Amino acid sequence: MPEMLEVRWHGRGGMGTVTSAELFAAAVIDEGKFAQSFPSFGPERRGAPVTAFLRISDEFIRIRTDIAKPDVLVIVDPKLLDQIDVTVGLKDNGKIIVNHHLSAKELKEKYGFKWPVAAIDGLKIARETIKLPIANTAMMGALNRITGAVTMEALENQLRHRFGDRADGNIKAMTRAYNELDMED
Amino acid sequence: MSKRVPLEGSFATAEAARMADVDVIAAYPITPQSHIIERMSEFVHNGELKAAFVPVESEHSAMSACWGASGAGARTYTATASQGFFLMHEVLYFVAGMRLPVVMAVSNRAVGPPANIWGDYSDAMSASYTGWLQVFAANNQEIFDFTLSAFRIAEDPRVLLPFMIHMDGFTLSHVVEAVFLPEQEEVDAFLPPYKHPYAYNPDNPCCYGSVMSPATYGELKKAQDVHVRGTIPVIKEIWKEFGDRFGRYYKPIDSYKAEGAKTLLMVAGGLSETAKIAVDKRREQGESVGLLTLHLWRPFPFEDLYKAVEGAENLVVFDRAPTLGGPTGPIIGEMKAALFGVRNDLRVAGILGAFCGRNLEVTEFEEVIDRGNAICERGSQEMVETVGIRG
Repeated sequence: MPEMLEVRWHGRGGMGTVTSAELFAAAVIDEGKFAQSFPSFGPERRGAPVTAFLRISDEFIRIRTDIAKPDVLVIVDPKLLDQIDVTVGLKDNGKIIVNHHLSAKELKEKYGFKWPVAAIDGLKIARETIKLPIANTAMMGALNRITGAVTMEALENQLRHRFGDRADGNIKAMTRAYNELDMED
Repeated sequence: MSKRVPLEGSFATAEAARMADVDVIAAYPITPQSHIIERMSEFVHNGELKAAFVPVESEHSAMSACWGASGAGARTYTATASQGFFLMHEVLYFVAGMRLPVVMAVSNRAVGPPANIWGDYSDAMSASYTGWLQVFAANNQEIFDFTLSAFRIAEDPRVLLPFMIHMDGFTLSHVVEAVFLPEQEEVDAFLPPYKHPYAYNPDNPCCYGSVMSPATYGELKKAQDVHVRGTIPVIKEIWKEFGDRFGRYYKPIDSYKAEGAKTLLMVAGGLSETAKIAVDKRREQGESVGLLTLHLWRPFPFEDLYKAVEGAENLVVFDRAPTLGGPTGPIIGEMKAALFGVRNDLRVAGILGAFCGRNLEVTEFEEVIDRGNAICERGSQEMVETVGIRG
């Protein structure tokens, strides 16, 4: 892991993108490390493209700007791949995680990504575990598989704290995504 | 024992108000302040806070309700931003003049037009002459600490003045980071119940805020000014006690790598932390540069400023509010005024930027240092110089 890990999330209003970044940061903070999470600051509308930012470090984080050069991208809404260039500023040694029914290899070919790609069908997993088409908690598991930034237990605690009775399905989604993530260098 | 929790800036100030056991919250929601007021409303609704939540129809009414509540002896809290802040402006003067210790968080935001929601200090700077005590927080821990200590300072019988906590809209208010929260018993030991010596009392009716003629108004305003200025020792005393109890010490102006520095950069609020990274980079390259973080804006900390700039040759002040047609930026202008005749050997440069939430990168703070030094060497500058703004 670099000195400071910077993750940029791309989704749409209502998909839980901002919540995922926040819960991931909370888990990191709970384990005694430092994290910062925040949404792209703009009018919040359901369905509109949303960006969320997550920084993780062993030290207090002092930078207070948007993340222009992320280490990792988390694409919660795969349709954004066809509509905007989500890879703007992604570091040369960066990684892309996509919620998609295609395999990592297929995504890399389709979009010509020069970075390693990881794919997980978060929507399918969510339908089977949460019974709702919301892939955000699956993407938390995928992100942790790629970064190893925090223990799965710390993430589970955050899901329990936030979702209460509905936590079990979310924890299953997150765990499955962690285990089933398809990676292509 | 304190506990370390993830908290966005809005919830940090709300949590401090809850732990201060406020009696009355009167507020009107406005972006980016809304989360503060939503959280206070939840506290009251859930029974976590026994208080009256007054949902008013405007900010003018919000501050008017705070005036009444505080005057009647209730510990009173509110929050606002930008246009809402401007709507309550008239009442700000009354609350200060009536010596009422209302505590207010301001989720700083630019002012329209153009319509906007993002952060700068256009709202904060408009209140410099209202008589409120004012601090700028640089992170979410400071938002909590400054809010909690504000109640104690404002309600101190030697002070009895309202207190504003400026916290960057979005870049602090909506950012989640780690905050240490104390135990309730520790807060209770630090913050005694509020008791106003002249609280409104129907059994003992008095006249407050009566008319004053030219024969007496000037004397009263002079007395008010002397009083506001005189609160600095109490603020320092209470921040010292806060530090002894909670382990975090605050000063009107904080110095970072400033000892022996030839050039000092001065920044208020959250961006001072980004500026520290620029100072680190320049120090690594052997440059003699340090940072001053401006915390206390009112009363203006003259003595702390003189001490902080001792030995420095250049002071480069960064400002986040335009003063359309006026002298440079508001903080730059006040620093120059405060230093004129006291430190004529100290060269002061000023650069403005980061209006309306515009990102200011580390490299741009380095540009501020370089251009500031060049202005100081040259001995003259344009009235308004900006960084990161086209045109």
